[in-house]
Amino acid sequence: MRGRALLAVAVALVVLAVALTRLSANQYYYFAAYVIFQYVVLATAWNILGGYTGYVNFGSAGFFALGAYTAAILIKAFPVPFPVLLLAAGTVGGLLGLSLGYLTLRLRGVFFSIATLALAVVLQTLIVNWEYAGGSRGIYTMRPATVLFFDNYVEFLFVVMLILALGALATARWIEHSRLGRGLAAIRDNEEAAECMGVPTLRLKLVAATVSGALMGIAGAPFPYYVTYMEPASTFNLDYAVNSLAMPMIGGATTWVGPLLGAVLLGTAQQIATVTISSALNLLIVGVVLVAFVILAPDGIIGLVRRRRGGRHA
Amino acid sequence: MTAGILLDVRGVSKRFGGFEALTRVSLQVREGERFGLIGPNGSGKTTLINCVSGALGSDEGEIRFAGHDITRLPAHQRTRLGIARSFQIPKPFVSMTVLENLCIPAEYAAHARFPGAGADVVAEAMEILRLIGLEAKAHAPAAGLTQIELRKLELARAMAARPRLLISDESMAGLSSAEVDEILAILLALNERGIAIIMIEHIMRAVMRFSQRIVVLDAGARIAEGGPGEILNNPAVEKAYLGE
Ligand SMILES: Nc1ncnc2c1ncn2[C@@H]1O[C@H](COP(=O)(O)OP(=O)(O)OP(=O)(O)O)[C@@H](O)[C@H]1O
Ligand SMILES: [Mg+2]
Repeated sequence: MRGRALLAVAVALVVLAVALTRLSANQYYYFAAYVIFQYVVLATAWNILGGYTGYVNFGSAGFFALGAYTAAILIKAFPVPFPVLLLAAGTVGGLLGLSLGYLTLRLRGVFFSIATLALAVVLQTLIVNWEYAGGSRGIYTMRPATVLFFDNYVEFLFVVMLILALGALATARWIEHSRLGRGLAAIRDNEEAAECMGVPTLRLKLVAATVSGALMGIAGAPFPYYVTYMEPASTFNLDYAVNSLAMPMIGGATTWVGPLLGAVLLGTAQQIATVTISSALNLLIVGVVLVAFVILAPDGIIGLVRRRRGGRHA
Repeated sequence: MTAGILLDVRGVSKRFGGFEALTRVSLQVREGERFGLIGPNGSGKTTLINCVSGALGSDEGEIRFAGHDITRLPAHQRTRLGIARSFQIPKPFVSMTVLENLCIPAEYAAHARFPGAGADVVAEAMEILRLIGLEAKAHAPAAGLTQIELRKLELARAMAARPRLLISDESMAGLSSAEVDEILAILLALNERGIAIIMIEHIMRAVMRFSQRIVVLDAGARIAEGGPGEILNNPAVEKAYLGE
């Protein structure tokens, strides 16, 4: 599909979402859809560094939580308008991503991944010990009574997260089809050869890590309003780290469609399991599906589809 | 030979931990020259090329290219100045087609240096593939190439950076005699276009036929320099290759 058709689809989706909030359906649907959209952002963000560039980040939960806490602390300190929360969380996430980018100077492969995990643990420890941010007891956030023309704040958050998801997808798609994306693919395939072929590998890795981190931070920004009560253990939850890595891998990590497919399929499955059985099953579902894909279809759903069609390289 | 000096390596040393892989090596390559770099296994040829291309930093000495001091420059900037190399163990971009492999240096090196000049990256890459004899594979995935095709891809990709100096690190190793002649013909054709070439090779027949001048490394030190005839008759070189 060409860019214009996709843009039309995106606009139509937002209009449809706004129209849906007029239905005043069961609030649960907005809650569930929000979580799925949030995973579209996280998976897409992860994929810019992990799938396009080949640096596997195990610390997505840290980026997400940092965005969420940035917003929560700002809300507690000042009466800030909503867009400022997104901007601040994106900036903080982007700066953390930038520092992760510098890590790639010294660390590759599994060593890099372990460092990202350690980074998330360090961040969590900082928050746990920070009194103003609520420490381990957590932090409450009051939702504004009304916003724009929405009757209910969750309906507003549902539309916001949809727009963020579409924005993340547009960013990923733009990168993929740009010179930047081709350079990142060269780094993923062989970093030494890429550098020797004129690709400024460090600069490109810094850009990828910063964009990835910023998007993850933004994904966390509406979270305080969504849950209204946040504490470190659930905000730095392993679910975020595992899902944002598993979803692109299951969907297909070399294109922007992969994380979208993975997030929608796995996210929906998890929401259904949460309602029908228990949320404890979520990680189990992801684990089983991920193992199956790594063994049977290492290129994800996109890879399977391409093979069916006769394997033309796109 | 009156052409100017393109590459000037002055007293370069490289240590890996306590092991000195290069000891104050100096050499000069002129514009458009066909230059041979030989030496027994482990004598430091690839290490020297890594220091020149910027894949490794050197511990001592100075490297100048086309009048610039490039000793501390990152590899991608050296490529943009006009140094391109092939890898002894091919390092293709495996998720891409052959053509896409060439587009990386074309976009990132050649066009960074000549902005606007021939904006058609694909047409340019196709022309190089034709020259190298790989055009039939242009749209094939690089992951499925044969050994000789991989060697050709290494050379083609280096060419796509529009180098002034091409360094070929054992592009012929493991190939049949006919294939060696094929690569040799390619390198000669590239040199015809005015590109200086450093050929690293164990196949003496090829180096001797190709090179105008040869430098011999042994245990990280330069032990001889001269034309093919002088090198063949040099007792120090014979000793290095055959032992005592
Ligand atoms: N990254 C490295 N770390 C440690 N030692 C190294 C490294 N690279 C090369 N060496 C050592 O340096 C010496 C020179 O190696 P180099 O690869 O430059 O030799 P070469 O002349 O290219 O040999 P060949 O003809 O086998 O390709 C060898 O003893 C090698 O083991
Ligand atoms: Mg070598």
